[in-house]
Formats: sequence, structure tokens, C-alpha cells
Amino acid sequence: MRTSPITTPLLEAQNLMRRYWMRRGAFGKATEVRAVDGVSLSLERGKTLGLVGESGCGKSTTGRLVLGLETPDAGTVAFQGAPMPAPGTAPWRAQRARMQMVFQDPLGALDRRLTIGVQVREPLDIHGIGDAAAREKRVLHLLHATGLRPEQAERYPHELSGGQRQRAVLARALATDPALLVCDEPISALDVSIQAQVMNLLVKLQREFGTAILFISHDLRAVRQVSHRVAVMYLGRIVEEGEPDDVLHSPAHPYSQALVSAIPHPGRGGQRILLQGDPPNPADRPSGCAFHPRCPVAFARCSQESPALTARPDGRLVACHLAHEPAIARAA
Amino acid sequence: MTALVTLRDLAVSFDGTPALRGIDLAIARGEALGMVGESGCGKSVTWLAALGLLPGKARVTGSVTLDRAEILHAKPAVLDRLRGGRIAMIFQDPASSLNPVHRLGKQVCEALRLHRGLTGAAARAEAKRLFDLVGIPDAARRLDAFPHELSGGQNQRVMIAMALAGEPELLIADEPTTALDVTIQAQILDLLARLRREMNMALVLISHDLGVVADACDRVAVMYAGRIVEEAPIARIFAEPAHPYTHGLIGALPPIDGPRRPLAAIPGQVPDPRAMPKGCAFAPRCPRRIDACEVAIPESRVMAAEHRAACLRAEAFEAVHA
Amino acid sequence: MLRFFGFRLLRAAITIVMVVTFAFVVLRLSGDPALLIMSVDAPPEAVAAFRTAWGLDEPLWVQYFKYFSAIFEGDLGRSMRDGRPALTLVLERVPATLALTIPALLIKLCIGIPAGITAALHRNSLLDRLVMALAVAGFTIPSFVLGLLLVLLFAVQLGWLPSGGQESWRHAILPVITLGVGGAAVLARFTRSAMLEVLGQPYIRTASAKGVPWRAVVWGHALPNAAIPTVTIVGFMVGSLIAGAVVVESVFSWPGVGRLLVVAVANRDLAVVQCILLLVAATMVTSNLVVDLLYGALDPRLRSGLASAPKGAAA
Repeated sequence: MRTSPITTPLLEAQNLMRRYWMRRGAFGKATEVRAVDGVSLSLERGKTLGLVGESGCGKSTTGRLVLGLETPDAGTVAFQGAPMPAPGTAPWRAQRARMQMVFQDPLGALDRRLTIGVQVREPLDIHGIGDAAAREKRVLHLLHATGLRPEQAERYPHELSGGQRQRAVLARALATDPALLVCDEPISALDVSIQAQVMNLLVKLQREFGTAILFISHDLRAVRQVSHRVAVMYLGRIVEEGEPDDVLHSPAHPYSQALVSAIPHPGRGGQRILLQGDPPNPADRPSGCAFHPRCPVAFARCSQESPALTARPDGRLVACHLAHEPAIARAA
Repeated sequence: MTALVTLRDLAVSFDGTPALRGIDLAIARGEALGMVGESGCGKSVTWLAALGLLPGKARVTGSVTLDRAEILHAKPAVLDRLRGGRIAMIFQDPASSLNPVHRLGKQVCEALRLHRGLTGAAARAEAKRLFDLVGIPDAARRLDAFPHELSGGQNQRVMIAMALAGEPELLIADEPTTALDVTIQAQILDLLARLRREMNMALVLISHDLGVVADACDRVAVMYAGRIVEEAPIARIFAEPAHPYTHGLIGALPPIDGPRRPLAAIPGQVPDPRAMPKGCAFAPRCPRRIDACEVAIPESRVMAAEHRAACLRAEAFEAVHA
Repeated sequence: MLRFFGFRLLRAAITIVMVVTFAFVVLRLSGDPALLIMSVDAPPEAVAAFRTAWGLDEPLWVQYFKYFSAIFEGDLGRSMRDGRPALTLVLERVPATLALTIPALLIKLCIGIPAGITAALHRNSLLDRLVMALAVAGFTIPSFVLGLLLVLLFAVQLGWLPSGGQESWRHAILPVITLGVGGAAVLARFTRSAMLEVLGQPYIRTASAKGVPWRAVVWGHALPNAAIPTVTIVGFMVGSLIAGAVVVESVFSWPGVGRLLVVAVANRDLAVVQCILLLVAATMVTSNLVVDLLYGALDPRLRSGLASAPKGAAA
């Protein structure tokens, strides 16, 4: 493996596109659905990028694209400075050990017939890491690091609680010491008190293992808690990207503003921005800025011209015709 | 003012395993009560039991009164008039809560026929009015749609329209926004608040999310392992939570400002209902536990006006979120 | 819609061709009809003449080609035994078979579906257990065993009913019961599980929560949904109206299509066997088409998405 200079990000995705063809109704013509429509992102070693958005915005597809589980129709993914090998090849499989994925449903991700210990050890066996004694030691270390007791290695998935299962999934994902972890809604199936445990654990594990994390979630609060940067997605595109606190406290894109104002929390008055309509259908993409039909501040240009994601003077990336004019943005 | 609905020592068990271990609660006319707790704490079971909607193997004891009349174990005919009439209920997953083979209009008209005696064109006109009321665009056409043709948020609006068909005095909303996107959750909460004001209807909002409840309710009951552990007005529960579990729930919410530090997560997990601790169910996870906590289940004590907590060590905690 | 049915029809046609081809090949590879029909000690010249007469001396693919081109002219070949057209021979027997299978189908529907619904509505009760025990017994006993048991009891021991033949309606009673029991048992179990699945759905709880009386919940909300999976199995039963009685016809010496098939296979009467299989495949495929249509009628989700690509691709 080529040693890359420190300045190269761990993961660099350029202009990713992913299309599907979908037929609507029996008579319908096949329509193109752009699930991911020109997403660029980069992730530093040991850092977390939060990817936030509603269902159908393409955040999960983006996660699968950067992992190489799906091949983009256009665009490139570079991991540690080198382009992604073709899926199914030997280099791709070797790469897989360096990147792992964690899903929403830990019970579905675990094999019901195997004990936790066997499953945490499995990646070590597959990638031939260490001898038997070293693997045993590694498994115990991983269980300890994820807050599971050694005797829980003998348990089967159904004997553990939801939170413990997600810990086991994390232990297994970290077995090969991956440089990148893609977590797709890792806490949304868990109870509130367990969500807090898992978020704390993710932060702790990142410090311990130096893993970079792509944290995909619909929950801005959770994203702020664990991320160093946050990207807001709407209908296949990133509409805003910046430091979590900046985005939360002064969201620049009208969609981010609505998302932030939708966060339920005590003591907020009635000043919530209510968006009209449903989350948009990717198969029926509005012209111009995809957000304009729901946008409270849209004007004529928005329905014709799609705004590019560009940096403001303060470094925030925003894709909105208005966001680069502070006066109007504030009035929104 | 007398309570609209009163639950007294309501308990439920399934095959001998307790799910609800004695609930006392009163809902006043027109008030909005939040019920908060983690999965399995009994917040949904409480209302399914009160309305006789649990499967036959559930053993339900205690008392539920509506305007002082006992309704627990009432005759099916009495319950059928009540359900969807004076007390309506909506559920978590709107897509699967609507019958997939019937048109939406038919499902709403069924409730109108049962509770208001409307049929034919009159029922359809009223259904359309209800669709308009809950903000379903193109209402007349949507009456002929099937559930799978609408989004989750629109289906939840249909559920709400159906619940309003009987002009209920109390609406039980069981996690009505959990399956929905964040911006749609905001729409639905806003709709519920508006309808409650306009129709002077009491609302019980069941949620796992204290934030959601804080937004929409006047008062909150926090449940843990089949019991109510704390009950207080919303502002007070955030300012001065008395029960360590409430305190833990608030601490587990990621803050939206201030420095980022590890969340005050509650350690461990909910006890197995088949092996409940003898004393306080929260004791094994409680940072303030003393020996007495493990001896007997603590009685609910009055902390302040309208504020009760079931904890031996309950005293006003410091505010977690200023 | 057109595209959907075009696709289904094409698939049906392919199924039929495959069945016929399979039968054609297997029958010709598994024994020489000339030897079977002419008897073993026939002179070799006579056997050779027989082969030439029926075209059996030609290469397999030539025979296959000729057979197929004849089908398109409505000629399904002749019986090697008596030289009559195979189709006539088979169609003669169809009414006898239907006289057994249609009443048996009614028994299956009228007993199986209500029994399954009742069991589901009284889940885990004594009634449920009784129905399910009977159902397990009903479909684990092979029909020839059940048939023989019934004959022993009602014909031999009690002498109430005849043991075989086709002289009167009384002769049909035992075979119809034998045929009906297994299917009723299968249908009862299937209906029960479909019903239980539906009764556990949130929309059933919604119906109760809006004050719909329980009977109306069952009839108006549960049954229309439970009917969707049940249609599949009923469709299969309708599809086997012609072929489903092979064993029972043999046990009760009932001169239907099934018995004809057994005799024709034993004699390697190629045209007759192929004709029956073609007929059976055609009924099966037709009933499958009808089932697909019924699905559309029962389930609006299929109506609007008949040919749509998998949804949720863009998560």
C-alpha cells in the first residue's frame, strides 16, 4: 500500500452519481431516479463526518457508494489516496477489511446461530489476521472495548439486549482495525438511554482506535454529539456542510433551518419553521433547486437554476441562491 | 374540575409476566398529557388495556372510569360505542395501521357511520371535510386512494381524520411521529396541537422522546418498568426532575449547544419483566440507590403542586438544561 | 396491464412447452412401446413394422418436430392401442373425473376455509387444537390408505356403500370424501395461518380502536386480507381438477382421466400420456393466470404496481 502524505484525506469522494430506473404503474415508462446526484465529500483520518437528511435523500446510498458496495454511475472514490478497486477483485476484498459498515438493526446484522465471540472473531479468520491465541486475545480486547463482558462471548444474539447487540456489531466491525467505519442510522432502533450509551461508545472507540466515521442519521442532535463536520443532504445532493455547531446555531440553507427548527426540545416557543408538503420523491425531481417547492423563501430563479454548493467567506458550504447574501438569509 | 378519564391501579400481565404494575392517572378535559418511557415500560399497554384492545391472553385488573362510569371489562357493545367515539386512538406506523385493501374514504366513512350515523353522500362530504381539516391536499380525490398510494405523513393525517370522525373527547396518540421524517413530525405535532385547541379535545401523547412531549403537552408522566415513576408539568420536569430515571432520560438527550462531552447515559438496561427487582425497579441502574430502595417498591410522593415522584430519595435535582 | 398479461401468457406457454417436451423425452427413453404393445414374443418383422407405422424408427428430434407441428393443426396423435384419436379418448374420461373432483373441491372449500377461520379466531382454544389435530391427521394420511380404510369400513364391514365402480351416485361418495379430506385439511391449516397473520396486523387493531364490532372486523377487515394468500392454494386445487384424482380413481376403479393415465403409462401409449399431460399443464397454467388476475382484484397494492421495479432502491 502506498503511504500517502498526511494532507491526503482518508476518504475523498468526487461528484458521486447513482441512478436507478424505476417504472411507475403498469403502463408507466421507466423513469430515471437519481438517488445520489453529484455528492463530493472528504473525511480525515480519525474524524467523523455526519451525514444528515430525511428518508430518500440518498444518505444511505452515499454510504454504500463510498464503501464500494455499490458502483457509482459517475464520480470517483479514493481511499487513502488510491482509487477504489473494482468490486469482487482481490484488492477490493483486502480493502474491505479496512472499511466496515454498521447498520440500524443489529439483530439483522448478526447471525442468530453463532455466538457473539465467534462472530467477532470471524473477520480475523477471514482475513487471516494473527494466530489462534492472538485472535482470542483480540476478541477479548474488542469485547472489553465495546463494554461487553468476556462471558457474553458465549451468548447468542437473541440473548442480548438491543444495545448489547449493537456493541457486538461494533466489536466485530472493529476487529480488523478498519480505518473507516460507515454507521448507517446506528442508534435509531435503540431506546433513548441506550442511544446515549452507543453515542458515548462511538466517541470513545474513535479515540481508542483512531477510526474515521461516516455517521449517517436523520437526527441532527445525535449528529452534533458525535461529528466533527456535518453535511445536510436533500434529494441526492449536499445542500450545506460545515462545523456541527455552526450549522445547528446558524443554519444557512432554508432546509437546514427547517431541520434545526424541527428538533423537538423543551422551552422552545412557537417559532418553528413548518415545511409544506412531503419529503420529495426522487423519481419526480423538481426543476431548479430541488427544495424550491417546499422552501419558504424561494423566488423565481430557484425554480429555474440549480444552485451550486459553494463556500461562503466563513468557509461554510451552502447550495442556495440566497444563502450567500446574509441579509436575506437572516430574514428567512 | 372532575377528571375525564381516571385509571386506578391498572395492571396487566401476559401469561403471568407483568407488563403494567399498577397505574394511577387522571386526564382532565382538554388537557394534553405526555407519557414517556422506553420500549416495554407499558406506556402503550396502558391505553390498549384501558380500551380493551389487548389480546385475550392479557389479564387486566384495576379500574378505568370515563366520567365516573367504569369502562374496564365493559360489554363489547359499550366499548365499541366508546372506542372511536368518545375516545379515539392513533398509532405509530400509519402505513400498516390502515387497511391496505380498502379505500381511505371507505375507512373514514366506516367510523362516521358507526359513531355519527352518516352514510352515503353525507358521510362522504363529512369525510372530505375531515380530510381538509387535517390538511390533506386534494381531499376529494384522496378519498378514493388506497393507503399505499400516500406517504407516511399523509397516512398519519388520514388516521387523525378517522380518529376525529367520532368527535372524541380524548385522543390517544401512540408514538404518532416515530415512523415519520423529522420535518413531517413537526407538521403532525403542529396539527395535533391545533386540532386540540380547536376541538377542545384532551390528548394523551405517548412517546419515547421527551423532546416531542415537551413540545406538545402541558403535563408529563414518566414510566419505567410498568409503573409511573414521576408526574409533573412539563416546565417543572425539565427544571426540577425528582426521579433519578427522569434525570437520566433528560441527560441522555444530546444537547444542541454547549461543549460536547459524553452524555450522562443511564448505565445497564431495563430489568427483565419475568425477574423484577423486589424493590424499586430502577434501583439496579440508579446512581443514588440506598439499601432501602431494594426492600420495597417506593410509594408515589407529592413533591410540589401537581408534581409526584415514586422515589425514596426524590428531591429536587438541579436543572439539567438551563 | 397488456405488458403484464403478455408476459404472463408467454410464461404460461413456455411452461406448457417444457412439460410436453419433458414428457416426450422421458417416455421415449424409458421403454419401447413396440415391445410392450406387441408382446415380447412377437416376430421381429412385426415389431419393426409397428415402429415404422408409428414413426418410432425416426430420430428423436424428427419425431419431436412432427409431434409439435401436428399439435398446431389440432392433432394430438392416436392411441397405439386402439388407434382412436388420443384427444377423443381423453375427453371422454374428463366428465367422470370432474364428477369426483368438483364435489371434492366443494368439500375442501366448505370445510377447510370455515374450519381454518374458526381455529384462528379461537386460537389456542380446545376447538383450535381439535381442528388442527384433525387437519394434521387429514393431510398426513396418504389418500390410498384413507381410501382403503373407508372401503374397509363402509363397504366391507358395514356394507353401506359400494367399494368401486361408477354405476350410481352412491359409488362416488367414498372417492369424493377421500379426495376432499386431504385438501380440506391443507386448506384449513393454510387459512388458519393466513388469518392469524392478518389478525396480528396493526390495521385490525385500528378497526377495533375506531369502534368496529368484532364480527365486522373479522368480515370486513380481516377476511379480505386473508383471502389474498388463500387464493393461491385454492387456485392450485382448481388447477388439479383434472389430474388430482389419479390415486383415488385407481383405488376405487373409477374410469376417469387418472385411470386412463395409469394404464397409458404402463402401456407406453405415448400419444395418450402426452395428451393428458398437455391438458393437465394447460388447466394448471390457466388457473394460475386466473389466480394472478384475482390477486389484482383483491390487492390494490398489486394493481398499481403490477410491473414496477423494486421500490426503496433509493434509501
